[in-house]
Amino acid sequence: MGMPISHIMTSGMSGIRAAGDLVARMQLSKNMRIADAKDYVAKKLGVSTPDLSDEYVMRELREELGIGVITSVAGAPKGIAAKMNIEKLLDIKINCCEKFRDQVE
Amino acid sequence: MTTEYALRMGDGKRVFLTKEQIMADLEEGSADAADLGGIPALSGDEIDKLAEILMTPSRMVGVEPGKEVPVTHDIGTIRIDGDQGNSGVGIPSSRLIGSMMHERAFGADTMELGHIDYSFKPVKPVIAQEMQTMEVCQQNMIVPLLYGAMPNMGLYYTPDGPFENPGDLMKAFKIKEAQESMEHAADHLTRDTVWIMQRLMASGADGVNFDTIGAAGDGDMFASLHAIEALRKQFPDIYIEAGMAGELLLGLHGEMEYDGTVLAGLWPHQQAPLAAKAGANVFGPVVNTNTSKTSPWNLGRAVTFVKAAVKDSPIPCHVNMGMGVGGIPMFETPTIDAVSRASKAMVEIAGVDGI
Repeated sequence: MGMPISHIMTSGMSGIRAAGDLVARMQLSKNMRIADAKDYVAKKLGVSTPDLSDEYVMRELREELGIGVITSVAGAPKGIAAKMNIEKLLDIKINCCEKFRDQVE
Repeated sequence: MTTEYALRMGDGKRVFLTKEQIMADLEEGSADAADLGGIPALSGDEIDKLAEILMTPSRMVGVEPGKEVPVTHDIGTIRIDGDQGNSGVGIPSSRLIGSMMHERAFGADTMELGHIDYSFKPVKPVIAQEMQTMEVCQQNMIVPLLYGAMPNMGLYYTPDGPFENPGDLMKAFKIKEAQESMEHAADHLTRDTVWIMQRLMASGADGVNFDTIGAAGDGDMFASLHAIEALRKQFPDIYIEAGMAGELLLGLHGEMEYDGTVLAGLWPHQQAPLAAKAGANVFGPVVNTNTSKTSPWNLGRAVTFVKAAVKDSPIPCHVNMGMGVGGIPMFETPTIDAVSRASKAMVEIAGVDGI
């Protein structure tokens, strides 16, 4: 466990503690290099690119946007509900959200 | 008295080096990569920066604020519930719990689901179980969740698979027969991988991580590139990460080509454009660690190779930095001082898009 956590602490974007999942999604869905992915997400969130790794900025913003927070907030969107809000925020489609919509329509 | 810095050998053992020794090893490691790959060695400024990172007098270092990158994960939840063979810590837990722990306790930027064997072929008999687990995980997870597995083409040869072992054939000087066996195995590996991912995409997977491409040589990469191509065609929005097994693609077949390029003997900066051409979104370059050399030698060498791959890659590069690759010591529990120094060096000097 020390190895992945060491990487996260040294270089990582902290996942849903900050905006690491959002930047990773833009790399994986649109082949964006790191600078482009950060610029894209920062513009969508209305923050600066350094803010994307700043837990202080992202904690409240993530809760306001309903895109998932690290702590378990009762009633806040989680799982697919949070990802549906991420789809709208980043203007992308997420496979499991598409499947979910197919099943309820 | 000359100041000595506590660093590591490639096997993780503590070693004490002077600044002059560190600089010499950094330059030698970088020159080795440049010579092998036909790529530029690191500049004097880059060597100085690497030395500065290595000589930082604290246990752990970190990238400058604002330079953080996403960290993708291979092996998935097996590191939680798996045994020592997968570097697992043996905590009895479901894969959903393992995934959620990575997301909500460890701050992982992405995660993946993997089968306990972690090869594609053994997934076939239990595909319905994998689909069900993927569905449940996707319902609960927020970070991108890939399905991860090794192409591991060796499983298609006797005694584990249907095709005669090329090693046995080559020992008998049956070279043509050995090549044909690899070609058959590659076709089956492509077919199986596509079949498995068709079903996992139907279960809501974000995509796939091909982990350790090329472990069984050029046929392994041939099969993986064709699987990537087929998956990209069928699922235009699938996330595909193509991670390599080693720095040099071994030419066990020797004549296999992709897009007119002979696969045997490719280095990371030559592998990346092919992964992109096939349709991967992210490429994972590998540079092996030499256990008999120091961490400055290994890191100088790894950063040189990866910097060239980042430059020549049309897609983001998430460098492989597990045990024994990317300047990390070849040791089951890599030391935090070595991991954090290598991690910072890859981000700030090689310019990787992720780890």
